[in-house]
Amino acid sequence: MVGKVFAVVVVLVTLVTAYSVITHVWWMPVDISVHGPKIDHQIEETILVAGLLFIAGQVVLATFVFLYGGAKNKPKQIPGGAKPLVLFAFILVGTEVLALSFIGSKAWGAVYFEAPDPASMKIDVQAGQFAYYFRYPGPDGTFGKLHPELINEGNQNYFGLDTDNDADAKDDIVTAELAIPVNKPILLTLHSKDVGHSFYVRELRVQQDFVPGLNLPIHFTATQTGRFEIVCTQLCGLGHYNMKAYLSVLSQADFDEWLKKQAAMQ
Amino acid sequence: MKSQHRVAAVAVPVLLLAVVLLCTVPDVAAAAGQIVGTVKLDGTAPHQKPIDMSKDPSCAQTRSGPASMESVVVDAKGGLANVVVYISQGLSGNEPALSQQVMLEQKGCQYVPHVVAVNPGQHMTVVNDDKTSHNIHPDPKPGGGNNAWNKSQLVGGPPIDVSWASEEVAIPVKCNVHPWMRAFIVVVKGPYGVSNDSGSFKLDGVPPGTYTVTAWHETYGTQTQKVTVAADKPATADFTFKAK
Amino acid sequence: MAETTAHAVAHHAPPQGPIRKYVFSTDHKVIGIQYLTLAILSAFIGMALSWAMRIHLAWPNASIPLLAWLSPNGAPNGVMTPEYYLSLMTMHGTIMAFFVLTTAPFAGFGNFALPIQVGAADMAFPRLNMASFWTTFLGFLLAAATFAIPDGPPISGWTAYAPLSAVGSAAGPGQGWGQTLWVLAVACFCVASLLGALNFIVTTLDLRTKGMTLSRLPLSTWAWFIDAWVSLLAFAVLLPCGLLLALDRLGGTSFFIPGGSVFNDKVLPHSGGSPLLFQHLFWFFGHPEVYIIILPAFGIVAHIFPTFIRKPLVGGWKVITFAEIAVGTLSFIVWGHHMFVSGMSPYMAMVFSVPTLFITIPSVIAVLIWVFSLYGANIRFDTPMLYCLGFLSLFITGGIGGFFLAQPSTDSYLHATSFVVGHFHFTMGLSAVFATFAGFYYWFPKMFGRMMNETLGKIHFWLSFVGVYCVFMTMHMTGFAGAVRRYSAFVDDFMVPLIPIQKFMTVAAVVLGAAQFIFLFNAIWSRFKGPKAPDNPWEATTLEWDTTSPPPFDNFGGRQLTVYHGPMEYDGDKSVMQTSPEPSIAGT
Repeated sequence: MVGKVFAVVVVLVTLVTAYSVITHVWWMPVDISVHGPKIDHQIEETILVAGLLFIAGQVVLATFVFLYGGAKNKPKQIPGGAKPLVLFAFILVGTEVLALSFIGSKAWGAVYFEAPDPASMKIDVQAGQFAYYFRYPGPDGTFGKLHPELINEGNQNYFGLDTDNDADAKDDIVTAELAIPVNKPILLTLHSKDVGHSFYVRELRVQQDFVPGLNLPIHFTATQTGRFEIVCTQLCGLGHYNMKAYLSVLSQADFDEWLKKQAAMQ
Repeated sequence: MKSQHRVAAVAVPVLLLAVVLLCTVPDVAAAAGQIVGTVKLDGTAPHQKPIDMSKDPSCAQTRSGPASMESVVVDAKGGLANVVVYISQGLSGNEPALSQQVMLEQKGCQYVPHVVAVNPGQHMTVVNDDKTSHNIHPDPKPGGGNNAWNKSQLVGGPPIDVSWASEEVAIPVKCNVHPWMRAFIVVVKGPYGVSNDSGSFKLDGVPPGTYTVTAWHETYGTQTQKVTVAADKPATADFTFKAK
Repeated sequence: MAETTAHAVAHHAPPQGPIRKYVFSTDHKVIGIQYLTLAILSAFIGMALSWAMRIHLAWPNASIPLLAWLSPNGAPNGVMTPEYYLSLMTMHGTIMAFFVLTTAPFAGFGNFALPIQVGAADMAFPRLNMASFWTTFLGFLLAAATFAIPDGPPISGWTAYAPLSAVGSAAGPGQGWGQTLWVLAVACFCVASLLGALNFIVTTLDLRTKGMTLSRLPLSTWAWFIDAWVSLLAFAVLLPCGLLLALDRLGGTSFFIPGGSVFNDKVLPHSGGSPLLFQHLFWFFGHPEVYIIILPAFGIVAHIFPTFIRKPLVGGWKVITFAEIAVGTLSFIVWGHHMFVSGMSPYMAMVFSVPTLFITIPSVIAVLIWVFSLYGANIRFDTPMLYCLGFLSLFITGGIGGFFLAQPSTDSYLHATSFVVGHFHFTMGLSAVFATFAGFYYWFPKMFGRMMNETLGKIHFWLSFVGVYCVFMTMHMTGFAGAVRRYSAFVDDFMVPLIPIQKFMTVAAVVLGAAQFIFLFNAIWSRFKGPKAPDNPWEATTLEWDTTSPPPFDNFGGRQLTVYHGPMEYDGDKSVMQTSPEPSIAGT
C-alpha cells in the first residue's frame, strides 16, 4: 500500500513539474539580442533531452515500486543484468552529452568566441558597492585614464577622472544609466572599483562577472527598444539586493539626444 | 497687629529678597555673547553636477525636485552654505556638551542637512524618512578616538542614536547603497554654527572673551579669525573663500 | 585480493566513568554518535536560520522577536537588516554544508559502522579519531561564536569570495571579526576532516578481519573508503586557501586583492592579487566537496537497498562501486563549471563543461542500478527503504537540473538564479539528507538497542518528501524567470511579481521544517522508550548485524569473526549473513 502511494505521489510530482516547465508558467522574458535565440534554443533542447530523462527515470522508479512491493516468490534480477544499463548510460547519455556540448558550444561561441565588431560603440562600465556607472568616451573617442586615488563619490567623481589635467578625460560622459542605440554592436568593458559584481540583463541573455583587477569585455547587439534592468548577481555586500541600473535601448535619434543631454550635465 | 501691617511685614522682605536675588544672580542670557557673520565665495563655484538616482526609483517618492551634489552650495549673492564655524582657541575646555539632539535625516536619498556639527558626547539622531533602506557609514580617522560603524536603517526603522568621543574635523558619512550620498559630521568642543543657504551663521552662548574662530568648508578648507566677544555686543566674523 | 588477517586491532580495556565513556571517548561508536548529535544540532540551527531567511523574503517588514534578542544590531525591533539576512544566509550554508552534510553521512555513520563492518574492534587510530571529533566541535563553536560579535557573522556567503572576504570591515558589517572567526572555524573543520580521512583509509586497508577481502566489503564501507580519498585531496586544498585568505586579512598580503581597490573613497594598500585565484582554489575543493557529501549517501543507500529488496543489487558490488570511483575521480576536473561567467577564459568554460556533462554517466549508472534492482524484488517499505526510494526520486530530479548548469551557454542565463539554489538543495542537500535519514532509521536499533516508531517515521517521510518538492522545485521555476539568488529583498521590477510564489515557498518550508521535529521527537523518545531491538531486526547480512544491539565496547565481545560471503547474498529471499559458515546458492 505504502509503495503504491509512493508511486502515485512520484508520478503526480513529475507531471506537475513537467507541466510547469513545458507550459513556461514562470519563464524567461522575451529575448532582445542577436545571440539570444541560440541560447534560448539550447535551453529548449536541454529541456527536451533532460526532460525525457527526468520523466523516464521517475516513471520507471514509480512503476517498479508499484509492481514489486511486498513479499512474493523468489526475487529475480532484470534479464541481462547490469550490462545493458551500463551500455545505455554510456551510449545514450554519452551521445546526448556530446550533442549538447557541440551544439551548445555554438551558442556559447556566439557570445564569446567571436571578436566584437570593429565598429562597435565602446562603453566603459564600472561596478562598485552598490551602483553601476557608465562612461562614454565623448567626441574625442578616447577614454581618459582612471586614477583610483581620485575617486570621490560624494563629488560624483566615480571613475577617478582627472578632468582638470587630462584632456581625454575632460570630454568623457559619465552616466548612471546605460543607454544604447538599437541594432548597433556594443562593446562593454567591465571593471570593478572594489569587490566582485556581475552584469546581468535577462532580456539580453548576458551575464558577466566584474573581477577586481581585470578589464573584461562583453559584446552584444540589442534588437528591440525598451527599458530593461541590469541587476547584480555576484554577492557584493549588504546592498547587493538593491544594486541595479537601467538599460535603455533607444532609436539612434533618441540616443544621440540623450547623449547630448548627458554631456551637458557633466 | 493690624492686618495691613501683617501683609506689609511679609511682602516687603519678600520683595527686598527678590530685588537682591535679581541683582546678584548672574544673568547668563545677558552675559553670554554671540558670534555672527556671513561666509561668501569669491569667484564661480564649480559645476554641481545633477545626481541621477535612477538606480533606486523609490528615491523619487520622497523628493520634491531634481538633486544636485552639494560640495559647494552658493546662492545668487555668493553666500556659501554648509560652512562650520567654531572656536578653535580660547575656550577653557571644560564646556559641557550641548544637550540638544541634533538630527541627520535621510530624505529623497540625500542627507539633510549636508553638514552637521556636534560636541563630543552630544547626542545625534539619524532618521530614515525615505521609502528605501539606507546604510549609514561614517568613516572617522583611524586611531583618532572615534569608532567607525556601518548600519542599515530600514524604511520605518527606529532612529539611530549616536555620539562621538573625540573632536574631529570632519567625519565623512556615506551611504553605500546610494553612493552619491555624502554628509559631514564636524565634532568640535564649545559653541558652533553652520552657515545657511545665504551664508549666515550664528554661534550662541559664547562667554565674553577673545577667541580664534575657524571656518571649515569641505571643499575650501579652513580659515581663521580672531574675535572679541562682549556680553552685550555680538562679535562679527565674516569669511570669504576663494574659488579655485 | 589477498585478505588481511586480523591484526593490529587496538586492544584496550573498557573505559571507566562517564567522562571517558561518553565525552572524551576513543570508542568509534561513541564518536560516531557524537558526530551525529552535532549534525542534528547543527541541522536544527541551520533550519532555524533558513526559516528566518524565508520569512523575511516573504514578509520583509515582519518583526521576528527572537532576532531582536539575538542581535539588536542585526534586527532593530526584530526587523532584519539586509546585512543580517546575508549573515544568516552565510551561516546557514556554512553550518549545513560542513557540520551537517559533510559530517552526518561520513563522519557520523562511517565512524559508527565502518570498523564493525570490516570486523575490527575500533578504528586504526582511536585517539586521533577523538581528536578529529573535538576539533570539529571546536570549529562549530567558532562558527557559533560569530553570532555573538556585535557586527555579526560574515556576509560573504559560505563561498566567501575574495576580495569581499579578504579586505576586512571596509567591505561591510560582519567582515571584520566575523569573517576571521569563520576562517578559523573552517580551518578546524579541514584539519579534522583530513585526520578522519586518514583513519578511514588505514582502517579499511589494515584492519579487515579474516575472510573480509576487498570484494566482500559492504557497499557503505566502499563508499566511505572512496570518500576518504576524495576528502583527503580536496580538504588539502581548502586549508591553504583559508590560510592565504587569513594572511590577506591579517598579514597584509595580497594573494587575492588587486591594486587600486577603493572602499569609501580610500585606496587600499594592496596590489598584485587575483580574485580568480581564490575561486579556483575554493572550487577545486568545492566541487569534490559536493561528492564528499553524496558518496556516503550513495554508500548508505547501496548498503540498505539489498536488505529491503531481498536480493543483491544488479551488477553486484563492482558496478556501483566503480561508478562511485568514477564519480569521485571525475569530480576533481570539473570545478570550473562554477566559474563560467567569472571572467575565466571562455575556452576554459568548454574544457570544464565536457567532463561536467560526462560525470552524468557514472551517476546515471548508479541510479539505473538502484532503479532496475527494484525489478522483480520483494520490496519491504520500512522507513529506511522509504527514505532510500525518496533519495532516488530527489537525486534524479536534482541531477536533471545539472544538465542546464553544466553547459556554459544555458548557465549564462541561469547562473546565480534560484535555479542553482533549487538544484543544489535537491542534490547535495536533500538527497544526502534523505540518505542520512535512511541510515538513521536503519542503524538506530544497532546504536541504541531500541526500534524507532514506524508510524512517526512514515509521517515524517511523507511530509518531508512532498515538502522538499514544494520548496525546491518551485525554486527551479523562479530561476527560469531569472529570480536572482542571495537577495535579502525583492525590489527589482521583475522580481516583485514573484513575491506571491516566495510566500508559497516560505509556507512550504515552514511545514517541511516542522516535520523534522517529528523525527527529533521519535529519536529522543525511542532512545529511552522504544521497543527493544533484536540483533538483526532488518534481516540484513553485514557484520554489524552479527553482534548485539548495541554492540559491546569492542564490537564483538572478544570474538574473532571470519567472513565467508559477500554482503549481498540471498537464498530465495532469505538473507545470508557474511559470517555464516554455510555455503549459499549464490556462492561467495
